[in-house]
Amino acid sequence: MNFFILSLIKVALVAFVLLTTLAYLQWIERKVIAHVQLRVGPYRVGPHGLLQPLADVVKLITKEGLIPSHVNKLFYLMAPFVAVTLALISISVIPFGPEIKIGPVTTWMQLTDLRIGILFVIAVSSIGVYGVALGGWASNNKYSLLGGLRSSAQMISYELPLALAVAAPLLLANTLSFREMVNYQSGYWLGFIPRWNLFPEILGFIVFMIAGFAETNRVPFDLPEAENELVAGFHTEYSSMNFAAFFMAEYANMVTVTAVATLLFLGGWQPPFPAPYSDVIPILVFALGGLVALYHGLNPARRMDKFTLPATALVFLGIAAIFGLSLFVAPLKPILMALFWFCGKVLVLLFVFIWVRATLPRFRYDQLMRFAWIGLFPLAMFNLLATSLIVALTTK
Amino acid sequence: MTALIFLIFAGIAVFCGVNLVVQTHPIASALSLIGVMGSLAVLYLQLGGEFIAAAQVIVYAGAIMVLFVFVIMLLNAGAETPTFQVSRFVKYLGAILLAFFLGLISFIIQGALPKSEGVLFGTFQGTALDVGRKLFTTYLLPFEVTSVLILIAIVGAIVLARKEV
Amino acid sequence: MVPNAPVPLSWYLILSAILFALGVAGFIFRRNIITVFMSIELMLNAVNLSFVTFSYQFKQVDGHIYSFFVMVVAAAEAAVGLAIILTVFKNRATLMIDEVNSMKY
Repeated sequence: MNFFILSLIKVALVAFVLLTTLAYLQWIERKVIAHVQLRVGPYRVGPHGLLQPLADVVKLITKEGLIPSHVNKLFYLMAPFVAVTLALISISVIPFGPEIKIGPVTTWMQLTDLRIGILFVIAVSSIGVYGVALGGWASNNKYSLLGGLRSSAQMISYELPLALAVAAPLLLANTLSFREMVNYQSGYWLGFIPRWNLFPEILGFIVFMIAGFAETNRVPFDLPEAENELVAGFHTEYSSMNFAAFFMAEYANMVTVTAVATLLFLGGWQPPFPAPYSDVIPILVFALGGLVALYHGLNPARRMDKFTLPATALVFLGIAAIFGLSLFVAPLKPILMALFWFCGKVLVLLFVFIWVRATLPRFRYDQLMRFAWIGLFPLAMFNLLATSLIVALTTK
Repeated sequence: MTALIFLIFAGIAVFCGVNLVVQTHPIASALSLIGVMGSLAVLYLQLGGEFIAAAQVIVYAGAIMVLFVFVIMLLNAGAETPTFQVSRFVKYLGAILLAFFLGLISFIIQGALPKSEGVLFGTFQGTALDVGRKLFTTYLLPFEVTSVLILIAIVGAIVLARKEV
Repeated sequence: MVPNAPVPLSWYLILSAILFALGVAGFIFRRNIITVFMSIELMLNAVNLSFVTFSYQFKQVDGHIYSFFVMVVAAAEAAVGLAIILTVFKNRATLMIDEVNSMKY
């Protein structure tokens, strides 16, 4: 098929799935934090609050878009635009799966593979600092300025351990493109331990995750946008769609950081144990979920659950059936398996992000900066030096 | 296609360059400079310098310009006021003379350059592998010297900018 | 699609010369010290473009490496220069280079 038409189809698919995921990521976050805090979370808008993101989007769109008179209009409107654009651009080099063959078309499950894919993601996150800095400055408000400056200083300080943590798997795999990085992590030691970069680079993975928390301004590093300290930090003066844009940018950044962590350290779309045994895992997981939902649906705790729990069970058993069917339909199997493992790993990491938000208190600003320069940076440096020493000693 | 992309991004670069010189507020100049760097990164990609394009965005546009933007926001000096007033006729004459001068430069450069091949995207690839190999073998001494230079710059910047106790 | 004609190499050099000339103009005519500094960075960028263009002509990556060193030196210079600007601002409370005109304070 023509390259452009194929790319357009992929772009439409990825954009649609990504934007829906961002909205429902907020639902997942609110539900998980609520259950950690022993409450229920969004419950009334749709069954178990499933239509809450839709309601939020409608509210944000129909809210009055107020542009205060004292702001610098060009930069005020440019800042969320820059933030969202850059956050979405970095998704374009992320591969979701291996090469697949649908009918006459052979293509990779990736929008585009750059030879410098990993550098591209780091470059885009470097420019993402401007969205925050400009947003803080253009609001012409001392709290926003302070919040914007602190947030940008935090982001550039943590970019350094991030890049150093990324450099260690690069030394092992000897490539800068994501596809080859995942291909390097294929295969198994001793037949059943996957060759993920997690095992040699466990320190690098931890440093990357911590730096990822700071890059996306998530707790415990979210002082710049803390609700109870700096009014709302750099997005104080923003309302309705501009505010939604900043939030969407934050969630898209989270998805990017977890996707890059999966690709670099957790082996991307590769299953954790060899192929014939790992194909039954999706079927087992969804079937188990469906059976648990069915079991609880027989004597539900609340009145609404008489309908929602059997519906959930039906959906899960249907997905398990689809996975089971794909084992026999040849072109469907690699797509669904790759998607399951990749999205599963990304969702586990996103759950860790949300779990940490519900659990940890936030750092004070000077503790944050001290941790970056005196804690994480030497650790990442040590990791890189140890990796390069071992690579230099063991390659001919 | 190569020519179209070159014209678009060269136009953006020149527009942002002129904007840098013309704007009164330093933050507008800073953002124009970031625009110049971004379009130059695209031109480097066309010339096959993929590593240098990524390095330009990461180092120049993503770190150095952030430093500039920080300093401008912290010092909070406002827009610059013009020292002398010029009439509109002089401004138009200046623009025409500028265009003539730039055209003269272009003509001289085009005449001085021997008829070499043109640039086609994909003919040459300055991969990270090649750059790294040359950097650590042929250019090892400048590499080590620049790392000492950066160390000196770090020490100097900290000493100059800290508070006096 | 659009015919894929090669772009003459001299166009890149002309762009580099134009940007360099604009940098010099900014350096001479602007009075705000930060804008002067940014004009210097514009000049360095124009030179980088020249290096990469010539590296394409000879089909070697040496030009890319020189460009890389120029970037590194520009980073060091920007750090120290901005620290100096901060000190000047602390002592003279002005950013206009015309007003920093007495050797003794």
